Amino acid sequence: MDSALIPEGVKRCSFGKFVFWLVVFGAVLLWGIVAMLLCWFKGLNQTNMNDAYGFALWIWADLAIIAIGGGAFFTGLLRYIFGKEELKNIINFAVLLGFICYASALLILAIDIGQPLRGWFIFWHANVHSMLTEVAFCLSCYFAVLTIEYIPLILENRQIDKVPFFHNLSHNMHGIMAIFAATGAFLSFFHQGSLGGVAGVLFGRPFAFREGVFIWPWTFFLFTWSAAASGPCFTILVSWIIEKIARKKLIKQNVIMLLAKIAGWMLATYTIAKIIDTWYWATVTAPAAGHNFMDFYSNNPLYGIWILVLEIVICGVIPSIILITKTGRRYSFLLISAVFLGMLGACVNRWVMVLQVMAVPVLTFESWFMYFPSWQEIATTILPVAGGIMLIMISYRYLPIFPQEREIEEEKHASIFV
Amino acid sequence: MLPFSFEWVWDLDHMVFMGGLWYALTILGLGMTYCIIKAIVDTVKGKGSH
Repeated sequence: MDSALIPEGVKRCSFGKFVFWLVVFGAVLLWGIVAMLLCWFKGLNQTNMNDAYGFALWIWADLAIIAIGGGAFFTGLLRYIFGKEELKNIINFAVLLGFICYASALLILAIDIGQPLRGWFIFWHANVHSMLTEVAFCLSCYFAVLTIEYIPLILENRQIDKVPFFHNLSHNMHGIMAIFAATGAFLSFFHQGSLGGVAGVLFGRPFAFREGVFIWPWTFFLFTWSAAASGPCFTILVSWIIEKIARKKLIKQNVIMLLAKIAGWMLATYTIAKIIDTWYWATVTAPAAGHNFMDFYSNNPLYGIWILVLEIVICGVIPSIILITKTGRRYSFLLISAVFLGMLGACVNRWVMVLQVMAVPVLTFESWFMYFPSWQEIATTILPVAGGIMLIMISYRYLPIFPQEREIEEEKHASIFV
Repeated sequence: MLPFSFEWVWDLDHMVFMGGLWYALTILGLGMTYCIIKAIVDTVKGKGSH
């Protein structure tokens, strides 16, 4: 039915099956939209946020998807600035994931501000002393960059590409993509960093506060570093999931191996930096503020020392060792487990830097503040996930997001013939 | 946001923050303008016809 729109030389499932799954995820999307409308029309009383939790599930989701969406800027940087040519075969998919992640982040922020009609105030009446202003600027501009990087992909659709103007536009945009990618890397460095900076400058919150360089706390650099490590992990993980669903190889193994190796070294160096940061914070910064290390991990029902072990050892040290060794990368199970843990590590890090920060008592008469999100918060957090899956489905069906797919299929057929 | 806005102050903070924003927006705007104009010129010249 829609075969004229599908890229040449590749096979896709039947149109009916495609529509069925779109409807399934569309239903989840609708559930999220209902919750979103409730938040917009009735206000933030629909959430379980309170005076202790000004930042809650949404901000964690925001920070987590921005971190794992970092694969777009980092892969773009490697491809266009450092000249890693092999990565041209995965950059389209990394851009798609980045586009979904940043669109989701902006959507969640639009719900979280409570009064979206005044969203433009942050640009017009900018507080130039706020790291969050820098985040808003860079996030919006970087989303524009991702849109610019995604447009040529849409224009390369088999039917759209037949229109000479769109063909030429796509060609010209590819021609200067390095400029857009460099701008994107510049913007990403600052907003990923500033999101970490927001936690690090909270001198009234000893769990988050860090020293640093000039105006930037160490968390500024750690957040950027972890995004550069976990972003490619997420890209590899999702491409593997799509390959499993499609039951065929979409990206050649040398491309995956190269990206996994780079992600591994980024993760390994980040984990070393994170261990040093945690050690210094536990032995110098927190005691100077009158806290013992174990104050942050005891006398509450959820946050034990396990979360630190999970973040640094299980999701940091172990995947780093797997990804930087050739033997580790060679075994598919180990590789996929490592990229999953690498991605999970960034999510756990964002969780503790947003939610555990809020939970820890800071005054002697306070006890731990615990929080569980309302169904509206959960539904609006799942909303962009369903939307993202639908966009991946549509893009995979109609756009050339995996440029090696046809070549791999032809090689497979040739080998069968031989 | 703009120098003629009532809350604008000519200090380093405003110049760094707003300068960064306008710098990024200018690159994106000029880049896209270049691509679109060149695409129109190329199309008029008959390039890209299948």
